[in-house]
Amino acid sequence: MVDNSKSVLIIGAGIAGIQAALDLGDMGIKVHLIEKNPVIGGKMAQLDKTFPTLDCSICILAPKLSECYRHPNINLYTLSEVQKIDGSSGDFTVEVLKRARYVKEDACTNCGDCASICPVRGVPNYFDANLKNMAAAYIPFPSAVPPVHIIDKNSCVYLNYGICGLCATNCGAEAIDFTQKDEILEFENVGCIIVAPGYGLMEDVSPLTSYGYGKFKNVVTALEFERLICASGPLEGHLKRLSDGKDPKKIAFLQCIGSRSDRDKKYCSSICCMYTTKAAMISYEHNNDLESYVFYIDMRAGGKGFQNFLRRGAEEYNIKYIKSKISHIDVDEEGSPIITYEDYDTAEIKQMTVDLAVLATCIIPSQGIEKLAEVLGIELNKYKFIKTNPFLPVETSVEGIFTCGCAREPMDIPRSVAEASGAAARAAEVIKGG
Amino acid sequence: MNMSEKEEEVRIGVFVCSCGSNIGGLIDVKEVAEYAKSLPNVVFTEDNLYTCSETGLAQIKKGVTEHNLNRVVVASCTPRTHEPLFRDCIKDVGLNEYLFQFVNIRDQCTWVHMKHPKEAFEKAKEVIRMGVAKAAKLEALENIVVDATPTAIVIGGGVAGMTAALSLANQGFETHLVEKANELGGKLNIINKLFPTSQDASELLASLKRRVENNPNLTVYTSAKVKEIEGFVGNYEIKVEQGGNSTDLSIGVIVVAVGASLLTPTGKFGYDGNIRITQYELENKLKNNEINAKNIVMIQCVGARNDERKYCSNVCCMTALKNSLLIKEKNPDANITILFRDLYTPGTYYEEYYRRAREAGVIFLSYKLEKEPVVEENNIKVFNEYIGEEMSIPYDLLVLSTPLIANDDNKELAQMLKVPLEENNFFLEAHVKLRPMDFATDGVFICGAAKWPVDITESITQGYAAAGRASTIISHDTIEVEGATSFLPEYNKDLCTGCEVCITVCPYKAISKNEDDEIEIIQVLCKGCGVCGATCTNHAIVIRHFTDEQILSEIYAFGGI
Repeated sequence: MVDNSKSVLIIGAGIAGIQAALDLGDMGIKVHLIEKNPVIGGKMAQLDKTFPTLDCSICILAPKLSECYRHPNINLYTLSEVQKIDGSSGDFTVEVLKRARYVKEDACTNCGDCASICPVRGVPNYFDANLKNMAAAYIPFPSAVPPVHIIDKNSCVYLNYGICGLCATNCGAEAIDFTQKDEILEFENVGCIIVAPGYGLMEDVSPLTSYGYGKFKNVVTALEFERLICASGPLEGHLKRLSDGKDPKKIAFLQCIGSRSDRDKKYCSSICCMYTTKAAMISYEHNNDLESYVFYIDMRAGGKGFQNFLRRGAEEYNIKYIKSKISHIDVDEEGSPIITYEDYDTAEIKQMTVDLAVLATCIIPSQGIEKLAEVLGIELNKYKFIKTNPFLPVETSVEGIFTCGCAREPMDIPRSVAEASGAAARAAEVIKGG
Repeated sequence: MNMSEKEEEVRIGVFVCSCGSNIGGLIDVKEVAEYAKSLPNVVFTEDNLYTCSETGLAQIKKGVTEHNLNRVVVASCTPRTHEPLFRDCIKDVGLNEYLFQFVNIRDQCTWVHMKHPKEAFEKAKEVIRMGVAKAAKLEALENIVVDATPTAIVIGGGVAGMTAALSLANQGFETHLVEKANELGGKLNIINKLFPTSQDASELLASLKRRVENNPNLTVYTSAKVKEIEGFVGNYEIKVEQGGNSTDLSIGVIVVAVGASLLTPTGKFGYDGNIRITQYELENKLKNNEINAKNIVMIQCVGARNDERKYCSNVCCMTALKNSLLIKEKNPDANITILFRDLYTPGTYYEEYYRRAREAGVIFLSYKLEKEPVVEENNIKVFNEYIGEEMSIPYDLLVLSTPLIANDDNKELAQMLKVPLEENNFFLEAHVKLRPMDFATDGVFICGAAKWPVDITESITQGYAAAGRASTIISHDTIEVEGATSFLPEYNKDLCTGCEVCITVCPYKAISKNEDDEIEIIQVLCKGCGVCGATCTNHAIVIRHFTDEQILSEIYAFGGI
């Protein structure tokens, strides 16, 4: 039944792209999975736990990463980006730029000797929200897939000045290869394409100055906070203030940062109410004396079990919800954030001093989406997310090109997974139905 | 098991995982691995930062090959998420996948005893000792391979069901769509217009119906009901009853898309179905152009997000906004006030819709659950926190936004399908995060409002999604199911007294009596839950992979006997 000459090309290997790839692979359809980062897993791999079950995120994701890597019908290409497409639904030709890794994927044993010997230090690790430094030879996190190190082109001394090469001489597997070049791969007989590049974050494009982000050490973003409380993160899960290493006793979580606003993004970022409650719960589990304050406009908790989750937060985890609007953040002489806000319940302007402030920053379209849309010829909406019709939710403006996940709108993991399976079904209709 | 295998020396390898710092942060995994070395039959131990990482898996394979291991124990997290991974791993190096034993030293040691590292460390050693004892007794098993019928049934012909059925049919599968009403469409039949486009619901319905009716792979049964479901993944026998006739279908996969019901708020906020109505009654009046009220008040969360019904119904805020905008379009002078608690308009277009309603002059006032609005003859009294006063708002039409609720007959269908419901009687999926469309029962899938209140857009997404998941099963000629099942061994046949307790307790209807009046356990139906073995009065039934000998070995190892 399945036409094996036709494949599906998926752009982006976050949870959405991975689910679509696994579903199609399991249907017996060949998949090319294209990821621009050196490893797969996207944002979900960076999260500590997930709401509302409080499952450890990497623990439930890791089996899927492995499955993707070992699946006989899935070909994985990391450090790769789509550059050009030709053809139409049922028969696309796709050109992909695969950047050099400088490490042979089939030889590396992921032992980490290259990273230990590399004299270059202080390369910020994007995976740890740049809160931890690494060497120029690295792997973003220990259980990453593919389990292959990479050499950072910008900071490697050998690649820039032709000296050093210590990693190459010390690699027992002889996996380091400085002669690797970026290459162009061409995929023919691609029946359809699924675009799942995920999302970016407000802090990537905005300085968030009114919240003192970047200026005050004890004001962090939600993703930074995920890494700070994560057992495999830079603090090994022992939550501390970045300014003085003290344990925070009182944390403020500020909602709608850069979203639902005339100044920034007008739309709602969808997932923040829930992940904030989760973050406050985990923090409480680390320290039972902790007080958490959530400053919100509307608590948006419509998903399964979400209202119960909020109730548990308030009743069992010492979380207090304050309907309010934030004005700005200052700090006192100890570096503790002072939040100035309007309390909606009393219509008063108030201040609260906390040990740590966490900004629930808005989800924005992924970096490079405009270029990708141009390459693929698909339309974006006015917010620069991929344009879809409410009643054809996984279809882009081009026939045979589908989309899923946060590339088209901010959404949580279950919805991304569902959309991915939906996009896989639509792709299978094209491949099998002709 | 033949003699040479039986005599084979047991060689166990134990791999102890740090799980980053989840385990390693609390207890010394090196010391745990060292301890494991002292246990009987253990010939190799190792600790890994993440045993589940590709690097860790490579280490297991290396250990098996280099040390000739024939049993593998991993002491890490939970079989719920990781057992398939480790089984596949040892299968890759030629070991039977059932020669793997999981020991959970994270959830059961370092997580629950987070505040007592010393005790967690001791307990980790004990559970590993037990796991190793069981591993020594493990036997190779084979998975059961059965044929799969490449057909699907979709139960429920609303928007989710029609979408799922169309997608499966378009993928080339023979698909049956069963609807209990006399026509397809579900809630699309009662909705007036759709948000956020204001398209007529009837247009979408007509287009879906046309595609359903013209699809050669699709058979529709209206005024029909699923009466009986027998069998298992890939091989269901389903009886569909339609107007006194019944049809028997051989089905590979089942998609549940029965939707949800509307709540009539009898006795609440003066509901009378006349000038105090629900949003759905309003939809009907708008369809018939019957609205000429001047002062309209809407109350959100009527019968939702309270102690009686804790959940948020997802669709009511957008429905209220849509109907407000429709009224405003016709009569810009109408005064519309929406009394809400938290306005639920997530994402891009829905938030934009909220702004549109505000710009159109709709007034939004928040209230708190503890101070619900009070409905009087011509006025509504509501306490507004922001101005700190009670307000009195006149109305000539009051619209109550009530939640979608689970269907009354969900229980009956759930029992037939052997799938669970959650506390509000919506269907419960296998995993809310990563398996949103699957049931724990193989071959059965869920979509749309039967699972949780959703709008039309999400129903369509989920319809496609369930079709995608279902297709992963019926795209193959055969299906493999777990070999760890229960059975009545030949040598135990005399022990069976024929009491039939096992038949009564089996939740999967896997046990019956054959024509010789002997107990028969249908292997492919059995999930290996062990209830039959535990209740068997004469210990005649054996559960593979959990035999008495295997379990007792763990208990003896624990007790040091």
